[in-house]
Amino acid sequence: MRQDALFIGIEVDDEIARNKEVAVKLAEVCPVDIYAQGEDGGVRIVDANVDECVLCELCLDAAPNGTVRVLKLYEDGAVLSH
Amino acid sequence: MRFYEYESKEIVRRAGIPTSKGGFAKTAQEARARAEEVGGPVVIKSQVLTGGRMKAGGVQFADAPDEAAEHAARILELEINGHMPRGVLVDGRVEVAQEYYAGVVWDGLRKQPVMLFSDMGGIDIEEVAERHPDHVGRGHFSNVLPFSDFQAKQVIASVGVTGRALTRLTPILTRLARLFVQRDMTLAEINPLAQLADGSFVAVDAHMEMENEARGRHAELLADLGVGEEETREAREATPFEIAGEEVDAQDHRGVAGNVTEFDGNLGLVIGAGGGSLTLFDAVRAHGGKPANYCEIGGNPSVAKACGLAKLVLQKPGVEKIAVMMSIVSNTRVDIVARGVIKACVELGYEPADKIAIFRIPGAWEEEGFKILERYGVPYADRTVSLNEAAKRAAEAVPA
Repeated sequence: MRQDALFIGIEVDDEIARNKEVAVKLAEVCPVDIYAQGEDGGVRIVDANVDECVLCELCLDAAPNGTVRVLKLYEDGAVLSH
Repeated sequence: MRFYEYESKEIVRRAGIPTSKGGFAKTAQEARARAEEVGGPVVIKSQVLTGGRMKAGGVQFADAPDEAAEHAARILELEINGHMPRGVLVDGRVEVAQEYYAGVVWDGLRKQPVMLFSDMGGIDIEEVAERHPDHVGRGHFSNVLPFSDFQAKQVIASVGVTGRALTRLTPILTRLARLFVQRDMTLAEINPLAQLADGSFVAVDAHMEMENEARGRHAELLADLGVGEEETREAREATPFEIAGEEVDAQDHRGVAGNVTEFDGNLGLVIGAGGGSLTLFDAVRAHGGKPANYCEIGGNPSVAKACGLAKLVLQKPGVEKIAVMMSIVSNTRVDIVARGVIKACVELGYEPADKIAIFRIPGAWEEEGFKILERYGVPYADRTVSLNEAAKRAAEAVPA
């Protein structure tokens, strides 16, 4: 799944997006509530909060390596990923 | 925040300064009762937070309680400069031998309180200072160190007051000075301070203004006086633009977008940082710019808050461009503010480069912020450009 706002894009691998434990963890660590748990228990990206991303990389730490990516759309899509 | 006269007199009384007899009344019946308590001729004064009461008929004299009630009934219905009275002050009339002035005000240049005293009371102190400067004594004092009676005595003596009058006036000015500091006042004024035939002194009228931010420290006093938390007590009612500014600030707990104040210029300001707002506002004006507003942004606002404020300012009729300027920031992120103001432009259908005259916020995350600004072609300045120079560029970008 991917969600782009004006400055920031968030990309989560589809398989990880269905993982309920990861969804809970992402919702817990994000300081600006970009992640929430969807009705199906999986990851939901909160559109309105995507541009609030403070580039803290906590979501990258909370998910298995390389499965969550933060894109800086103002920098030609530069990717933050672990 | 400003106090009504009846509240000011109560504050003065609590500080141990004698006041003329009387009391506050909300109805004509209460005014009659206050006049009966005084037991003699009274003056009935409209309680409004504006000047020109006497000229508008908001001050009347009565010799008996029934007459006081009649005057009160009329005054309570009398609008003065757009203000309806909160009530009336029924004060005992005193036989005045001489009127004096005693005041304490904050001196923003010296950053200290200054006592003012004059033996020509009852008229505006500014007028006395201009026409009879030798009749106004002044003395700065520390708001940190203990206050000495001697400091007050020097100021009173400087206008030629001697003997028993000097001895009696000294504790009054001393108490006023201490009140000023203890109550976080920005203005504490007794005018007139009347000398009666027996040589004693009473405060006939008082005017107090307290630092707004100190309200919490004086919650007990304000509750005693009946000042509601919702009462702003500002010089004028907030405009719809200013109310909208408060709403922007209230919608998000992160950061501050406060004190949004409306002016009638064409340059919108999104400014802040530890006093930087005032400096920047003055600098813009000094360079011939016409601010459309004042505001204080800081404390690491969210993108949404910065965006909300910028949108509000951009949508204000007459605004051609906005200037986004702060001092060097450590607790506010440059990139977040940059995102907010650019987002505001984009969402309103503007090219950010056309609408942002200058972005001058150096500090935390500035490299990231500058990348965003470059992407949108917004002119920006780093810390090598002074606030004064940034304000000049802003003013030049939007000729008045």
